[in-house]
Amino acid sequence: MTVITKQAVNPTAHLTPADIELLGIELDAIRQDILDSRGESDAAYIRKVVDVQRKLELGSRAVLIASIFPPAWVLGTVGLSVAKILENMEIGHNVMHGQWDWMRDSKIHSTTWEWDNASTADGWKHSHNEIHHTYTNIVGKDNDLGYGIMRVDEDQRWIPMYLAQPLWNFINACFFEYGIAAYDLELGKNLAVPKEKRSEQFKENARKTLRKIRKQATKDYLVHPALSIPTGSFLPTLAANFTANVVRNVWSHSVIMCGHFPEGVETFEKKSIPDNETRGEWYLRQMLGSANISGSKFMHLMTGNLSHQIEHHLFPDLPSNRYAEVAPKVKALFDKYDLHYHEASLPAQVYSAWHKVVRLSLPNGWLATTTPTNAPQQLALLYKMTTGGPKVRRAAQARLQQQARRLETAA
Amino acid sequence: MPTAALLDRLRRVADAAVTPLEIDDVLDVFHPLRSGAPLRGRVVEVRHETADAATLVIKPGKDWAGHVPGQYLRVGVDVDGVRLWRTYSLTHGPRPDGCISITVKAIPDGTVSQHLVRRVRVGQLIQLGQAEGDFVLPDPLPAKLLLVTAGSGITPVIGMLRNLFSRAVPVQADIVLLHSALSRSEVIFGEELRGYAAAGLLRLVELHTDVDGVLDVAHPERGLATIVADLAERTTYACGPVGLLDALEEHHTAHGLPLHLERFRTELIAIGEGGTVAFADGTVVETDAATPILDAAESAGVLMPSGCRIGVCFGCVLPLREGAVRDLRNGELTVAAPGDGVAIQTCISAAAGACVIDHPRSSA
Repeated sequence: MTVITKQAVNPTAHLTPADIELLGIELDAIRQDILDSRGESDAAYIRKVVDVQRKLELGSRAVLIASIFPPAWVLGTVGLSVAKILENMEIGHNVMHGQWDWMRDSKIHSTTWEWDNASTADGWKHSHNEIHHTYTNIVGKDNDLGYGIMRVDEDQRWIPMYLAQPLWNFINACFFEYGIAAYDLELGKNLAVPKEKRSEQFKENARKTLRKIRKQATKDYLVHPALSIPTGSFLPTLAANFTANVVRNVWSHSVIMCGHFPEGVETFEKKSIPDNETRGEWYLRQMLGSANISGSKFMHLMTGNLSHQIEHHLFPDLPSNRYAEVAPKVKALFDKYDLHYHEASLPAQVYSAWHKVVRLSLPNGWLATTTPTNAPQQLALLYKMTTGGPKVRRAAQARLQQQARRLETAA
Repeated sequence: MPTAALLDRLRRVADAAVTPLEIDDVLDVFHPLRSGAPLRGRVVEVRHETADAATLVIKPGKDWAGHVPGQYLRVGVDVDGVRLWRTYSLTHGPRPDGCISITVKAIPDGTVSQHLVRRVRVGQLIQLGQAEGDFVLPDPLPAKLLLVTAGSGITPVIGMLRNLFSRAVPVQADIVLLHSALSRSEVIFGEELRGYAAAGLLRLVELHTDVDGVLDVAHPERGLATIVADLAERTTYACGPVGLLDALEEHHTAHGLPLHLERFRTELIAIGEGGTVAFADGTVVETDAATPILDAAESAGVLMPSGCRIGVCFGCVLPLREGAVRDLRNGELTVAAPGDGVAIQTCISAAAGACVIDHPRSSA
């Protein structure tokens, strides 16, 4: 997508500042309704999920102790994968958002929760809650736009490195928790600084992350397999843990990609965001910068209700079990203010997000202007852009865009 | 290897097997009352004493350290999903079944007391603190005792009496209990107290303020000295409303009589517009009702944790030890009584009265 301010028709052009403030007031009212009715049943819900998750994880790990038997391996691995997904998505992510702080239970609180992930709770809360949720989809401010390793917006300049981004994205999906940990540390940026000049803060955070990774790995790849030695299941148990971690990683990566990367999700220009952005303007940005996944109750649970990404971005601190309830009201507001409520099934959103990753791995306009007949010339051009300097790239890019525009007008 | 060292090693392995949780978090799922768990209790009986009062018999966790009759404890209950803490007197001496009990009088608009009297069910878990307080009888007992109580002020005293009267060797003491309540039917433990009196265990004087009026401690004709002729020979223990206790204190001081008081601290947090915010390091910041505590504190030079500054990221959360704050987005009030430590978002909260904030964080 192109930042909204550079699109032919800005999707917010029809809204006056007064409209936007009114929209904010209506959204505040939806939030207040939930705050007013939040209570015992919500508390019972999260405690139930925590309880089920812990029993499922423990049960699955117990079954895996005998994982030398294939049925036990399959059962245990499926159970452990589901348990790890629940722990990260419906519990960890949401607890760390402060969605359950209102219960005043120190055991289920954003300030005390630590999750089953390579990234530390503190690192995650900073990069996710603070940066991503505040500066959502602002190119150059929200690092979630491509995590600093991918180009997911036309307005991020193309360089040859991005040709490999479908591969990066796949590898990142498999080892997502480490990707997040590196991302939370701003590893790339910090490693570029000479060792002696790196900030104490970074060094401290890196130490904490490494310690966490060590503990996580010790549990999954040493202690648990060792407990399985009596049945001769060391290796199967290790493999089961590895598989469950990959399943969890690929799943959470897919869900998160669906939240902001599908085609049609809007992005924003840094300079178009006023210093004193109003609450209404902030809400509007969240509305356009997120996409929902439609599906069953179980699917919503397994995504940690991030399938209601739009509602989550509007109200990140409302309990996740209430997003389904506010969704129709939010959708009605989209209709009322003539905005596009971005929602599709999981396969459709995953496809769309991957399509964007592939499309933007290539220079703007390249895919659109390529046909079976001109493929050789196009490939030659791509080769030139890849091997040539910035000047060559700029010239070729201008030509590609001109052609793409011509095609568009013709169509 | 000594057992302690072995256990310690086992625990380390168990912790390593469940990281980032600790083994205690997992055990909590199955055995919340075990030794080593945060102190909790399970309600095993709810007994209604009067129309507005109920006794909860609670099986405390293994780490309950015991108590002396007259002491109180902090109780944390989830009311509408929110954990609130209050203090109640223990109304039994140590019991053979190891259970403890509290007796709660539902006060109008009392969020917690109404919940405890009317909505708590057998089987529910509640959070507990250890027993505290020095309103206890000495050992050996003074030969002559005067117990003065009013309303729910009977609760620590009933614990003392039950303990005294249930001992294998009966206690030889001359006890006068002067109890004041709104009416005869409002007397908590009325039947039990009258039973003690009938059995000759104590002399009971009931004052029902609907017919007798309020006790006027120093009154020359209707005062304490008239009701209890040998007042000068007695050691007095008293628990009740502030007015009564103040009057007793004045009277006994004037006459040089021994007196032990238990004051129920009803933590009345003054709600205002703006106020002072005091930090652990001694800094006190003056703020108005429209300025977030975060901004006010930073302007005064306090190094605060912060994040998005719009109430989204929860990066600025600090415990409010005491006081009241108002959410600047919707005006919602959050009140913390001393000892509570309610986590608040400082970026969208303004002071609504004098506040005490725990910062820098005492622990990670």
